[in-house]
Amino acid sequence: MNEFGDAFHTALVMIVSANPDLIEIVGLSLRVSLSAVVIAALLGMPLGAALAVFAFPGRRAVVVAINALMGLPPVVVGLTVYLMLSRGGPLGVLGLLFTPGAMIVAQVVLVLPIVAALTRQTVEDLWLEYREQLVSLGVTPRRAVRTMLWDGRITLLTAFLAGFGRASAEVGAVIIVGGNIDHLTRVMTTAIALETSKGDLALALALGLVLLAVSFAVNAAAQILRDMVVRAQG
Amino acid sequence: MTAPTILPLSIERLFYAVAGRALLESVSVEIAAGSRTVILGPNGAGKSLCLRLAQGLIAPTAGCVVWKGPGAAQAKMRQAMVFQRPVLLRRSAAANVSYALAVRGVPRADRPSRVEEALARAGLAGLGDRPARTMSGGEQQKLALARAWALKPEVLFLDEPTASLDPAAVRAVEAMIQAIHEGGTKIVMTTHDLGQAKRLADEVLFLHNGRLVERAPADRFFEHPSTLQAAAFLRGEILA
Ligand SMILES: Nc1ncnc2c1ncn2[C@@H]1O[C@H](COP(=O)(O)OP(=O)(O)OP(=O)(O)O)[C@@H](O)[C@H]1O
Ligand SMILES: [Mg+2]
Repeated sequence: MNEFGDAFHTALVMIVSANPDLIEIVGLSLRVSLSAVVIAALLGMPLGAALAVFAFPGRRAVVVAINALMGLPPVVVGLTVYLMLSRGGPLGVLGLLFTPGAMIVAQVVLVLPIVAALTRQTVEDLWLEYREQLVSLGVTPRRAVRTMLWDGRITLLTAFLAGFGRASAEVGAVIIVGGNIDHLTRVMTTAIALETSKGDLALALALGLVLLAVSFAVNAAAQILRDMVVRAQG
Repeated sequence: MTAPTILPLSIERLFYAVAGRALLESVSVEIAAGSRTVILGPNGAGKSLCLRLAQGLIAPTAGCVVWKGPGAAQAKMRQAMVFQRPVLLRRSAAANVSYALAVRGVPRADRPSRVEEALARAGLAGLGDRPARTMSGGEQQKLALARAWALKPEVLFLDEPTASLDPAAVRAVEAMIQAIHEGGTKIVMTTHDLGQAKRLADEVLFLHNGRLVERAPADRFFEHPSTLQAAAFLRGEILA
Protein backbone atom coordinates (compact mmCIF):
# COMPACT_ATOMS: atom_id res chain seq x y z
CA MET A 1 0.00 0.00 0.00
CA ASN A 2 2.84 2.30 0.91
CA GLU A 3 4.59 1.50 -2.32
CA PHE A 4 1.42 2.42 -4.21
CA GLY A 5 1.07 5.63 -2.25
CA ASP A 6 4.64 6.65 -3.07
CA ALA A 7 4.14 5.81 -6.73
CA PHE A 8 0.95 7.81 -6.84
CA HIS A 9 2.67 10.77 -5.24
CA THR A 10 5.57 10.60 -7.68
CA ALA A 11 3.11 10.30 -10.55
CA LEU A 12 1.31 13.47 -9.52
CA VAL A 13 4.61 15.29 -9.16
CA MET A 14 5.58 14.18 -12.67
CA ILE A 15 2.35 15.50 -14.09
CA VAL A 16 2.41 18.79 -12.21
CA SER A 17 6.08 19.42 -12.97
CA ALA A 18 5.59 18.46 -16.62
CA ASN A 19 8.27 15.77 -16.55
CA PRO A 20 10.02 15.78 -19.96
CA ASP A 21 9.78 11.98 -20.45
CA LEU A 22 6.10 12.11 -19.69
CA ILE A 23 5.52 15.03 -22.04
CA GLU A 24 7.43 13.32 -24.82
CA ILE A 25 5.38 10.14 -24.55
CA VAL A 26 2.06 11.97 -24.26
CA GLY A 27 3.00 14.21 -27.18
CA LEU A 28 3.88 11.27 -29.43
CA SER A 29 0.67 9.47 -28.46
CA LEU A 30 -1.49 12.41 -29.37
CA ARG A 31 0.44 13.02 -32.58
CA VAL A 32 0.15 9.42 -33.73
CA SER A 33 -3.51 9.00 -32.82
CA LEU A 34 -4.63 12.38 -34.16
CA SER A 35 -2.80 11.80 -37.45
CA ALA A 36 -4.38 8.37 -37.73
CA VAL A 37 -7.87 9.71 -37.08
CA VAL A 38 -7.48 12.60 -39.51
CA ILE A 39 -6.28 10.25 -42.25
CA ALA A 40 -9.02 7.73 -41.43
CA ALA A 41 -11.61 10.53 -41.61
CA LEU A 42 -10.31 11.81 -44.95
CA LEU A 43 -10.63 8.29 -46.37
CA GLY A 44 -13.56 6.98 -44.38
CA MET A 45 -16.04 9.83 -44.65
CA PRO A 46 -16.15 9.93 -48.45
CA LEU A 47 -16.17 6.13 -48.50
CA GLY A 48 -19.04 5.93 -46.03
CA ALA A 49 -21.00 8.63 -47.86
CA ALA A 50 -20.47 6.92 -51.21
CA LEU A 51 -21.70 3.64 -49.74
CA ALA A 52 -24.83 5.41 -48.54
CA VAL A 53 -25.68 7.21 -51.77
CA PHE A 54 -24.38 5.26 -54.75
CA ALA A 55 -25.69 1.85 -55.71
CA PHE A 56 -23.10 -0.48 -57.21
CA PRO A 57 -22.64 -4.23 -57.34
CA GLY A 58 -21.10 -5.57 -54.15
CA ARG A 59 -22.18 -2.58 -52.10
CA ARG A 60 -23.96 -4.74 -49.53
CA ALA A 61 -20.87 -6.91 -49.10
CA VAL A 62 -18.64 -3.88 -48.52
CA VAL A 63 -21.06 -2.57 -45.90
CA VAL A 64 -21.10 -5.90 -44.08
CA ALA A 65 -17.31 -6.11 -44.24
CA ILE A 66 -16.85 -2.62 -42.84
CA ASN A 67 -19.27 -3.28 -40.01
CA ALA A 68 -17.41 -6.48 -39.18
CA LEU A 69 -14.05 -4.71 -39.29
CA MET A 70 -15.22 -2.24 -36.63
CA GLY A 71 -14.46 -4.86 -34.01
CA LEU A 72 -11.03 -5.86 -35.32
CA PRO A 73 -8.71 -6.99 -32.50
CA PRO A 74 -5.80 -4.52 -32.41
CA VAL A 75 -3.18 -7.29 -32.15
CA VAL A 76 -4.43 -8.84 -35.37
CA VAL A 77 -4.21 -5.46 -37.08
CA GLY A 78 -0.73 -5.03 -35.62
CA LEU A 79 0.35 -8.41 -36.91
CA THR A 80 -1.09 -7.80 -40.38
CA VAL A 81 0.49 -4.36 -40.69
CA TYR A 82 3.75 -5.81 -39.38
CA LEU A 83 3.74 -8.43 -42.13
CA MET A 84 2.99 -5.79 -44.76
CA LEU A 85 5.70 -3.41 -43.57
CA SER A 86 8.43 -5.90 -42.63
CA ARG A 87 11.44 -6.01 -44.87
CA GLY A 88 10.16 -8.97 -46.89
CA GLY A 89 6.58 -7.65 -47.01
CA PRO A 90 4.89 -5.91 -49.93
CA LEU A 91 5.37 -2.46 -48.37
CA GLY A 92 8.76 -3.20 -46.88
CA VAL A 93 10.53 -0.75 -49.17
CA LEU A 94 8.89 2.12 -47.31
CA GLY A 95 11.06 1.35 -44.29
CA LEU A 96 8.25 2.31 -41.95
CA LEU A 97 8.44 -0.56 -39.47
CA PHE A 98 9.30 0.56 -35.92
CA THR A 99 8.63 4.21 -36.71
CA PRO A 100 5.69 6.42 -35.73
CA GLY A 101 4.62 6.11 -39.39
CA ALA A 102 3.96 2.41 -38.93
CA MET A 103 1.94 3.15 -35.81
CA ILE A 104 -0.15 5.66 -37.72
CA VAL A 105 -0.79 3.11 -40.48
CA ALA A 106 -1.92 0.51 -37.95
CA GLN A 107 -4.26 2.94 -36.21
CA VAL A 108 -5.69 4.12 -39.51
CA VAL A 109 -6.62 0.51 -40.21
CA LEU A 110 -8.24 0.28 -36.78
CA VAL A 111 -10.17 3.54 -37.03
CA LEU A 112 -11.15 3.60 -40.70
CA PRO A 113 -13.98 1.05 -40.36
CA ILE A 114 -15.46 2.98 -37.43
CA VAL A 115 -15.47 6.29 -39.28
CA ALA A 116 -16.70 4.74 -42.53
CA ALA A 117 -19.48 2.76 -40.86
CA LEU A 118 -20.75 5.65 -38.74
CA THR A 119 -20.58 7.99 -41.73
CA ARG A 120 -22.51 5.54 -43.88
CA GLN A 121 -25.20 5.20 -41.23
CA THR A 122 -25.51 8.96 -40.77
CA VAL A 123 -25.58 9.76 -44.47
CA GLU A 124 -27.92 6.89 -45.28
CA ASP A 125 -30.46 8.11 -42.73
CA LEU A 126 -30.23 11.63 -44.14
CA TRP A 127 -30.47 10.38 -47.73
CA LEU A 128 -33.64 8.48 -46.96
CA GLU A 129 -35.12 11.72 -45.71
CA TYR A 130 -33.60 14.20 -48.18
CA ARG A 131 -33.45 12.25 -51.43
CA GLU A 132 -36.70 13.30 -53.09
CA GLN A 133 -36.38 16.92 -51.99
CA LEU A 134 -32.78 17.22 -53.20
CA VAL A 135 -33.48 15.46 -56.49
CA SER A 136 -36.48 17.68 -57.04
CA LEU A 137 -34.29 20.74 -56.55
CA GLY A 138 -31.92 19.37 -59.17
CA VAL A 139 -29.00 18.61 -56.86
CA THR A 140 -26.19 16.51 -58.35
CA PRO A 141 -25.14 13.38 -56.42
CA ARG A 142 -21.81 14.98 -55.53
CA ARG A 143 -23.51 18.03 -54.12
CA ALA A 144 -25.98 15.82 -52.27
CA VAL A 145 -23.08 14.06 -50.56
CA ARG A 146 -21.51 17.37 -49.57
CA THR A 147 -24.86 18.62 -48.27
CA MET A 148 -25.37 15.56 -46.12
CA LEU A 149 -21.82 15.52 -44.77
CA TRP A 150 -22.37 19.10 -43.72
CA ASP A 151 -25.83 18.55 -42.24
CA GLY A 152 -24.55 15.49 -40.42
CA ARG A 153 -21.39 17.22 -39.28
CA ILE A 154 -22.00 17.02 -35.57
CA THR A 155 -22.85 13.34 -35.67
CA LEU A 156 -19.78 12.84 -37.82
CA LEU A 157 -17.68 14.66 -35.27
CA THR A 158 -18.77 12.10 -32.70
CA ALA A 159 -17.62 9.39 -35.14
CA PHE A 160 -14.28 11.19 -35.29
CA LEU A 161 -14.08 11.27 -31.49
CA ALA A 162 -15.03 7.60 -31.23
CA GLY A 163 -12.22 6.83 -33.64
CA PHE A 164 -9.80 8.89 -31.61
CA GLY A 165 -10.89 7.10 -28.46
CA ARG A 166 -10.18 3.72 -30.01
CA ALA A 167 -6.83 4.80 -31.43
CA SER A 168 -5.47 6.41 -28.29
CA ALA A 169 -6.53 3.55 -26.02
CA GLU A 170 -5.25 0.57 -27.99
CA VAL A 171 -1.93 -1.06 -27.22
CA GLY A 172 -1.85 -4.27 -29.25
CA ALA A 173 -1.26 -2.78 -32.68
CA VAL A 174 1.23 -0.04 -31.85
CA ILE A 175 3.40 -2.26 -29.68
CA ILE A 176 3.83 -4.75 -32.54
CA VAL A 177 4.54 -2.29 -35.37
CA GLY A 178 6.20 0.42 -33.25
CA GLY A 179 8.26 -1.78 -30.94
CA ASN A 180 7.94 0.57 -27.94
CA ILE A 181 11.38 2.09 -28.59
CA ASP A 182 12.36 4.73 -26.06
CA HIS A 183 12.29 8.31 -27.46
CA LEU A 184 11.05 7.01 -30.79
CA THR A 185 7.90 4.92 -30.72
CA ARG A 186 6.95 4.83 -27.07
CA VAL A 187 3.38 5.99 -26.56
CA MET A 188 1.18 6.11 -23.47
CA THR A 189 -0.33 2.64 -23.72
CA THR A 190 2.90 0.82 -24.61
CA ALA A 191 4.82 2.69 -21.92
CA ILE A 192 2.22 1.79 -19.31
CA ALA A 193 2.50 -1.89 -20.26
CA LEU A 194 6.28 -1.81 -20.13
CA GLU A 195 6.75 0.27 -16.97
CA THR A 196 4.19 -1.80 -15.08
CA SER A 197 5.92 -5.04 -16.01
CA LYS A 198 9.24 -3.48 -14.94
CA GLY A 199 7.68 -2.44 -11.64
CA ASP A 200 8.14 1.29 -12.28
CA LEU A 201 4.65 2.21 -11.21
CA ALA A 202 5.15 5.98 -10.97
CA LEU A 203 5.55 6.65 -14.71
CA ALA A 204 2.88 4.06 -15.53
CA LEU A 205 0.44 5.71 -13.13
CA ALA A 206 1.19 9.21 -14.38
CA LEU A 207 0.58 8.08 -17.97
CA GLY A 208 -2.52 6.20 -16.91
CA LEU A 209 -3.94 9.35 -15.33
CA VAL A 210 -3.24 11.40 -18.44
CA LEU A 211 -4.78 8.72 -20.65
CA LEU A 212 -7.81 8.63 -18.42
CA ALA A 213 -8.13 12.41 -18.61
CA VAL A 214 -7.88 12.35 -22.42
CA SER A 215 -10.50 9.64 -22.62
CA PHE A 216 -12.82 11.52 -20.27
CA ALA A 217 -12.39 14.70 -22.26
CA VAL A 218 -13.15 12.93 -25.52
CA ASN A 219 -16.27 11.29 -24.13
CA ALA A 220 -17.47 14.50 -22.54
CA ALA A 221 -16.97 16.33 -25.82
CA ALA A 222 -18.96 13.66 -27.65
CA GLN A 223 -21.79 13.92 -25.14
CA ILE A 224 -21.88 17.70 -25.28
CA LEU A 225 -21.98 17.57 -29.08
CA ARG A 226 -24.86 15.11 -29.05
CA ASP A 227 -26.81 17.39 -26.73
CA MET A 228 -26.06 20.32 -29.01
CA VAL A 229 -27.45 18.44 -32.00
CA VAL A 230 -30.66 17.67 -30.20
CA ARG A 231 -31.08 21.26 -29.11
CA ALA A 232 -30.10 22.93 -32.37
CA GLN A 233 -31.79 20.61 -34.85
CA GLY A 234 -34.88 19.50 -33.04
CA MET B 1 -40.88 34.49 -68.31
CA THR B 2 -38.34 35.26 -70.97
CA ALA B 3 -36.97 31.75 -71.45
CA PRO B 4 -38.96 29.42 -73.73
CA THR B 5 -41.64 27.49 -71.88
CA ILE B 6 -41.21 23.90 -70.71
CA LEU B 7 -44.98 23.29 -70.85
CA PRO B 8 -47.09 21.46 -71.79
CA LEU B 9 -46.43 18.41 -69.66
CA SER B 10 -47.67 15.27 -71.27
CA ILE B 11 -48.44 12.22 -69.14
CA GLU B 12 -49.01 9.20 -71.32
CA ARG B 13 -50.62 5.91 -70.24
CA LEU B 14 -48.85 6.00 -66.94
CA PHE B 15 -48.81 2.81 -64.88
CA TYR B 16 -47.22 2.45 -61.49
CA ALA B 17 -47.19 -0.84 -59.63
CA VAL B 18 -45.51 -2.02 -56.47
CA ALA B 19 -45.10 -5.75 -55.89
CA GLY B 20 -47.56 -6.51 -58.65
CA ARG B 21 -50.25 -4.23 -57.21
CA ALA B 22 -51.28 -1.45 -59.58
CA LEU B 23 -51.37 1.87 -57.74
CA LEU B 24 -51.84 4.00 -60.85
CA GLU B 25 -53.45 2.68 -64.00
CA SER B 26 -53.35 4.18 -67.42
CA VAL B 27 -53.29 7.83 -66.44
CA SER B 28 -53.07 10.06 -69.49
CA VAL B 29 -53.34 13.81 -69.33
CA GLU B 30 -51.78 16.88 -70.86
CA ILE B 31 -51.12 19.72 -68.48
CA ALA B 32 -51.01 23.09 -70.20
CA ALA B 33 -49.73 26.48 -69.16
CA GLY B 34 -51.87 29.09 -67.49
CA SER B 35 -54.71 27.57 -65.51
CA ARG B 36 -54.46 26.12 -62.03
CA THR B 37 -54.75 22.37 -62.14
CA VAL B 38 -56.05 20.65 -59.02
CA ILE B 39 -55.75 16.90 -58.59
CA LEU B 40 -58.66 15.96 -56.38
CA GLY B 41 -59.33 12.61 -54.81
CA PRO B 42 -59.80 10.71 -51.58
CA ASN B 43 -56.93 9.45 -49.39
CA GLY B 44 -54.90 6.80 -51.14
CA ALA B 45 -56.21 7.71 -54.61
CA GLY B 46 -52.67 8.12 -55.95
CA LYS B 47 -52.40 11.91 -55.92
CA SER B 48 -48.94 12.06 -54.34
CA LEU B 49 -47.71 9.29 -56.62
CA CYS B 50 -48.88 11.31 -59.64
CA LEU B 51 -46.90 14.36 -58.57
CA ARG B 52 -43.78 12.32 -57.80
CA LEU B 53 -43.99 10.61 -61.18
CA ALA B 54 -44.55 13.95 -62.91
CA GLN B 55 -41.42 15.28 -61.19
CA GLY B 56 -39.45 12.24 -62.22
CA LEU B 57 -38.73 11.30 -58.60
CA ILE B 58 -39.91 7.76 -59.19
CA ALA B 59 -39.88 5.85 -62.45
CA PRO B 60 -43.18 4.63 -63.90
CA THR B 61 -43.75 0.91 -64.41
CA ALA B 62 -45.02 1.75 -67.88
CA GLY B 63 -45.91 4.90 -69.80
CA CYS B 64 -44.05 8.15 -69.73
CA VAL B 65 -43.85 11.74 -68.60
CA VAL B 66 -42.68 14.19 -71.25
CA TRP B 67 -42.17 17.91 -71.16
CA LYS B 68 -43.12 19.12 -74.61
CA GLY B 69 -42.39 22.83 -74.60
CA PRO B 70 -39.49 24.37 -76.53
CA GLY B 71 -37.60 24.85 -73.24
CA ALA B 72 -38.05 21.21 -72.20
CA ALA B 73 -34.32 20.63 -71.83
CA GLN B 74 -34.39 22.96 -68.81
CA ALA B 75 -37.45 21.29 -67.27
CA LYS B 76 -35.58 19.96 -64.25
CA MET B 77 -34.40 23.39 -63.15
CA ARG B 78 -37.62 25.23 -63.92
CA GLN B 79 -39.99 23.37 -61.67
CA ALA B 80 -40.32 23.09 -57.92
CA MET B 81 -42.24 20.89 -55.57
CA VAL B 82 -43.63 21.28 -52.08
CA PHE B 83 -44.03 17.86 -50.50
CA GLN B 84 -46.95 16.70 -48.41
CA ARG B 85 -44.50 16.37 -45.50
CA PRO B 86 -42.00 19.21 -45.78
CA VAL B 87 -38.37 18.11 -46.00
CA LEU B 88 -36.11 20.73 -44.48
CA LEU B 89 -32.36 20.71 -44.19
CA ARG B 90 -30.79 20.82 -40.74
CA ARG B 91 -30.03 24.51 -41.11
CA SER B 92 -31.68 27.82 -40.41
CA ALA B 93 -34.86 28.78 -42.23
CA ALA B 94 -32.96 31.34 -44.31
CA ALA B 95 -30.20 28.83 -45.14
CA ASN B 96 -32.82 26.39 -46.41
CA VAL B 97 -34.06 28.94 -48.95
CA SER B 98 -30.57 30.12 -49.77
CA TYR B 99 -29.41 26.54 -50.42
CA ALA B 100 -32.15 26.01 -53.00
CA LEU B 101 -31.18 29.26 -54.72
CA ALA B 102 -27.54 28.17 -54.84
CA VAL B 103 -28.53 24.84 -56.41
CA ARG B 104 -30.44 26.72 -59.10
CA GLY B 105 -27.41 28.88 -59.85
CA VAL B 106 -28.63 32.17 -58.39
CA PRO B 107 -25.53 34.36 -57.85
CA ARG B 108 -24.46 34.62 -54.21
CA ALA B 109 -24.96 38.38 -54.11
CA ASP B 110 -28.61 38.08 -55.13
CA ARG B 111 -29.52 35.41 -52.61
CA PRO B 112 -30.05 37.35 -49.35
CA SER B 113 -32.64 39.70 -50.82
CA ARG B 114 -34.53 36.85 -52.47
CA VAL B 115 -34.43 34.83 -49.24
CA GLU B 116 -35.80 37.75 -47.29
CA GLU B 117 -38.51 38.42 -49.83
CA ALA B 118 -39.62 34.78 -49.89
CA LEU B 119 -39.71 34.51 -46.09
CA ALA B 120 -41.69 37.73 -45.83
CA ARG B 121 -44.15 36.51 -48.46
CA ALA B 122 -44.73 33.36 -46.42
CA GLY B 123 -45.28 35.33 -43.23
CA LEU B 124 -41.99 34.12 -41.79
CA ALA B 125 -40.18 37.46 -41.65
CA GLY B 126 -37.98 37.51 -38.56
CA LEU B 127 -37.76 33.71 -38.38
CA GLY B 128 -34.85 33.45 -40.80
CA ASP B 129 -32.33 32.54 -38.12
CA ARG B 130 -34.40 29.78 -36.54
CA PRO B 131 -33.19 26.22 -37.09
CA ALA B 132 -35.79 25.04 -39.59
CA ARG B 133 -36.54 21.83 -37.76
CA THR B 134 -37.43 23.60 -34.53
CA MET B 135 -40.25 25.43 -36.28
CA SER B 136 -43.87 24.34 -35.89
CA GLY B 137 -45.43 22.04 -38.47
CA GLY B 138 -47.31 24.92 -40.05
CA GLU B 139 -44.25 27.14 -40.14
CA GLN B 140 -42.28 24.33 -41.76
CA GLN B 141 -44.98 23.96 -44.40
CA LYS B 142 -44.82 27.69 -45.12
CA LEU B 143 -41.04 27.58 -45.23
CA ALA B 144 -41.16 24.78 -47.79
CA LEU B 145 -43.52 26.91 -49.84
CA ALA B 146 -41.28 29.97 -49.45
CA ARG B 147 -38.29 27.93 -50.62
CA ALA B 148 -40.16 26.75 -53.72
CA TRP B 149 -41.49 30.20 -54.43
CA ALA B 150 -38.03 31.79 -54.14
CA LEU B 151 -36.92 29.70 -57.10
CA LYS B 152 -39.47 31.48 -59.32
CA PRO B 153 -40.31 28.18 -61.03
CA GLU B 154 -42.32 28.01 -64.20
CA VAL B 155 -44.27 25.08 -62.77
CA LEU B 156 -44.96 24.61 -59.08
CA PHE B 157 -46.19 21.26 -57.79
CA LEU B 158 -47.89 21.37 -54.40
CA ASP B 159 -48.86 18.19 -52.58
CA GLU B 160 -51.64 18.98 -50.09
CA PRO B 161 -49.98 22.27 -49.16
CA THR B 162 -52.44 23.11 -46.39
CA ALA B 163 -53.07 19.69 -44.89
CA SER B 164 -51.49 20.51 -41.52
CA LEU B 165 -52.43 24.17 -41.20
CA ASP B 166 -54.92 26.04 -39.05
CA PRO B 167 -57.72 27.98 -40.81
CA ALA B 168 -55.88 31.32 -40.76
CA ALA B 169 -52.73 29.72 -42.14
CA VAL B 170 -54.80 27.93 -44.80
CA ARG B 171 -56.11 31.29 -45.95
CA ALA B 172 -52.60 32.75 -45.94
CA VAL B 173 -51.17 29.86 -47.95
CA GLU B 174 -54.06 29.90 -50.41
CA ALA B 175 -53.48 33.62 -50.90
CA MET B 176 -49.82 32.90 -51.49
CA ILE B 177 -50.66 30.23 -54.06
CA GLN B 178 -52.98 32.71 -55.73
CA ALA B 179 -50.19 35.31 -55.84
CA ILE B 180 -47.74 32.80 -57.27
CA HIS B 181 -50.29 31.92 -59.94
CA GLU B 182 -50.80 35.59 -60.76
CA GLY B 183 -47.04 35.95 -61.05
CA GLY B 184 -47.20 33.61 -64.03
CA THR B 185 -46.32 30.28 -62.42
CA LYS B 186 -48.27 27.21 -63.47
CA ILE B 187 -49.82 25.61 -60.37
CA VAL B 188 -50.37 21.87 -60.15
CA MET B 189 -51.63 20.89 -56.73
CA THR B 190 -53.35 18.03 -54.98
CA THR B 191 -55.99 18.22 -52.33
CA HIS B 192 -58.75 16.09 -50.86
CA ASP B 193 -60.45 19.23 -49.59
CA LEU B 194 -63.48 20.13 -51.71
CA GLY B 195 -63.66 23.68 -50.43
CA GLN B 196 -60.05 24.28 -51.32
CA ALA B 197 -60.52 22.78 -54.76
CA LYS B 198 -63.49 25.09 -55.33
CA ARG B 199 -61.49 28.11 -54.20
CA LEU B 200 -58.35 27.41 -56.19
CA ALA B 201 -59.07 25.20 -59.17
CA ASP B 202 -59.46 26.28 -62.76
CA GLU B 203 -59.33 22.69 -63.86
CA VAL B 204 -59.95 19.52 -61.85
CA LEU B 205 -58.42 16.10 -62.35
CA PHE B 206 -60.45 13.68 -60.27
CA LEU B 207 -58.42 10.66 -59.25
CA HIS B 208 -59.86 7.58 -57.64
CA ASN B 209 -58.30 4.18 -57.01
CA GLY B 210 -55.32 5.00 -59.17
CA ARG B 211 -57.41 5.98 -62.15
CA LEU B 212 -58.05 9.38 -63.66
CA VAL B 213 -61.83 9.22 -63.48
CA GLU B 214 -62.75 12.67 -64.68
CA ARG B 215 -61.11 15.76 -66.02
CA ALA B 216 -63.12 18.95 -66.34
CA PRO B 217 -63.06 22.71 -65.93
CA ALA B 218 -63.70 23.46 -62.27
CA ASP B 219 -67.16 25.02 -62.58
CA ARG B 220 -68.46 22.19 -64.71
CA PHE B 221 -66.93 19.58 -62.44
CA PHE B 222 -68.59 20.96 -59.35
CA GLU B 223 -71.98 21.60 -60.97
CA HIS B 224 -72.33 18.68 -63.37
CA PRO B 225 -69.85 15.95 -62.60
CA SER B 226 -70.07 13.44 -65.41
CA THR B 227 -69.13 10.33 -63.48
CA LEU B 228 -70.88 8.58 -60.63
CA GLN B 229 -67.72 8.45 -58.52
CA ALA B 230 -67.14 12.18 -58.79
CA ALA B 231 -70.76 12.89 -57.97
CA ALA B 232 -70.54 10.62 -54.92
CA PHE B 233 -67.29 12.26 -53.78
CA LEU B 234 -68.90 15.70 -54.11
CA ARG B 235 -71.84 14.51 -51.99
CA GLY B 236 -69.34 13.47 -49.33
CA GLU B 237 -70.04 9.77 -49.70
CA ILE B 238 -67.41 7.16 -49.00
CA LEU B 239 -66.19 5.78 -52.27
CA ALA B 240 -65.84 2.06 -52.78
N1 LIG C 1 -43.88 2.57 -52.20
C1 LIG C 1 -45.14 2.12 -52.04
N2 LIG C 1 -45.36 0.83 -51.76
C2 LIG C 1 -46.61 0.33 -51.62
N3 LIG C 1 -47.70 1.09 -51.70
C3 LIG C 1 -47.55 2.40 -51.98
C4 LIG C 1 -46.27 2.98 -52.17
N4 LIG C 1 -46.43 4.28 -52.43
C5 LIG C 1 -47.74 4.50 -52.39
N5 LIG C 1 -48.43 3.38 -52.13
C6 LIG C 1 -49.89 3.23 -52.07
O1 LIG C 1 -50.44 3.84 -53.21
C7 LIG C 1 -51.68 4.47 -52.92
C8 LIG C 1 -51.63 5.90 -53.38
O2 LIG C 1 -50.71 6.62 -52.58
P1 LIG C 1 -50.61 8.20 -52.62
O3 LIG C 1 -49.63 8.61 -51.61
O4 LIG C 1 -50.38 8.66 -54.00
O5 LIG C 1 -52.09 8.60 -52.15
P2 LIG C 1 -52.70 10.07 -52.03
O6 LIG C 1 -53.77 10.18 -53.04
O7 LIG C 1 -51.63 11.07 -52.08
O8 LIG C 1 -53.37 10.00 -50.59
P3 LIG C 1 -53.41 11.10 -49.41
O9 LIG C 1 -54.59 11.96 -49.67
O10 LIG C 1 -53.64 10.24 -48.20
O11 LIG C 1 -52.12 11.82 -49.39
C9 LIG C 1 -51.86 4.30 -51.42
O12 LIG C 1 -52.76 3.24 -51.23
C10 LIG C 1 -50.50 3.96 -50.90
O13 LIG C 1 -50.60 3.14 -49.77
MG1 LIG D 1 -50.77 12.28 -50.73
